[in-house]
Amino acid sequence: MRITQGTFSFLPDLTDEEIGLQIDYALRQGWACSIEFTDDPHPRNTYWEMWGLPMFDLHDAAGVLQEVKACRAARPNHYIKVNAFDSTRGFETMRLSFIVNRPADEPGFRLNREEGWGRTQRYSLTSYAGDRPAGERYGATR
Amino acid sequence: MTVDATLDRLSATQTDAPEAPGEPSRVDLAALYRDSGIGDVLAELDRDLVGLVPVKTRIREIAAHLLVERARESLGLASGAPTLHMCFSGNPGTGKTTVALRMAEVLHRLGYIRRNHLVSVTRDDLVGQYIGHTAPKTRDVLKRAMGGVLFIDEAYYLYRPENERDYGQEAIEILLQTMENQRDDLVVILAGYESRMETFFQSNPGFRSRIAHHITFPDYNEAELLEIAERMLATMHYRFDADSRLAFSDYLARRIRLPNFANARSVRNALDRARLRQANRLFETALQGRAPTDTAALTLLTAADIRASRVFDERAPELDFPRAGHDTPPPDRIQNT
Repeated sequence: MRITQGTFSFLPDLTDEEIGLQIDYALRQGWACSIEFTDDPHPRNTYWEMWGLPMFDLHDAAGVLQEVKACRAARPNHYIKVNAFDSTRGFETMRLSFIVNRPADEPGFRLNREEGWGRTQRYSLTSYAGDRPAGERYGATR
Repeated sequence: MTVDATLDRLSATQTDAPEAPGEPSRVDLAALYRDSGIGDVLAELDRDLVGLVPVKTRIREIAAHLLVERARESLGLASGAPTLHMCFSGNPGTGKTTVALRMAEVLHRLGYIRRNHLVSVTRDDLVGQYIGHTAPKTRDVLKRAMGGVLFIDEAYYLYRPENERDYGQEAIEILLQTMENQRDDLVVILAGYESRMETFFQSNPGFRSRIAHHITFPDYNEAELLEIAERMLATMHYRFDADSRLAFSDYLARRIRLPNFANARSVRNALDRARLRQANRLFETALQGRAPTDTAALTLLTAADIRASRVFDERAPELDFPRAGHDTPPPDRIQNT
């Protein structure tokens, strides 16, 4: 099951060129890009691992793309996303976030139904890949 | 300037040889030249920078070459991305940094770099202090410069032959690798004094072969230095009168022969000291209860302000050791740009 989180996630995967253009847009708006990865892409997991520090002093997409490629090489079977942070007063938050790498095989999530008091139905999601230890969830390498 | 003449002829012939529509084997160089706006940048370069004729000629050649390269590309004549890395060598104060800034603009107008920005670094920004610190530091700087120009001032400090465990070598390797692999993302300009750059290249042959353009900055002569001085004063809203202009050219004639002469930078320092003396003089006359000071007096550097310089002091021909007092010229720092 293909995970749809962040911007563009219902589109086919972006090519590197398209990623570069999106990063260019973010940099033009004055947003700072950062790269994060995880192998626990539960929708409620908002804290992914940081790949290096946020890049506050870049002017060009080539630098960010270089880091994206480095992260892909190191974590081929992880989800990787690019975040663009707007430091403008009043925003001071993420303005754009999109996935740039996903594992080849995505088993997806199981919907758990739990019977609560008085026939209350509670729902939760469990990742099929989540049983294995962190780092081995979507493939053998790391 | 043959290139200039060629470009002029191009714009002249452009009207009588109109481009046939749908003709793929011809390209309008003059239109390319106009559209890039490169003429303005080059004219500005001519106007703003005094002297430096060989440098200007070389920049024109590079610009013309890149333009022709663009034209060839549009006709499908493959030639590969040109190597644009450069080396500026010359004595202190000859305008290497200033020209590097202009170079960024030239390359940007021609579309060879995506952004008109220049990241200026020295050894400190590239080389780390302990093992494993250098590579991330250098990569960080390279990342910051992506899409523009990386200007490495006093590049020969990167290589310290006296210390074989110096981390500079690591920075050089990463730099060379990026210069080779990401030629369309980044243009590297090295700068430094000529003799030391020569030693640097001898010990790092990889660098010399990866740098296409070696540009040497000549020293300024007295007339050029005087013009530079006048331009500096004009931007600071000061002026010379006939006497003080004579005094300053006298000053230059003496100063050029002294050790540690740093071309335009020495001129700037001399002017700064003259301004101090002028302020002091104005203040003293004001305290003596003279008439209020007017604009003319505030902007004028008199001959006395300049002739008070220690360069005119016959008793102290050596200027290596600064003495106390506001008229003491500090020896210009050769080490720094």
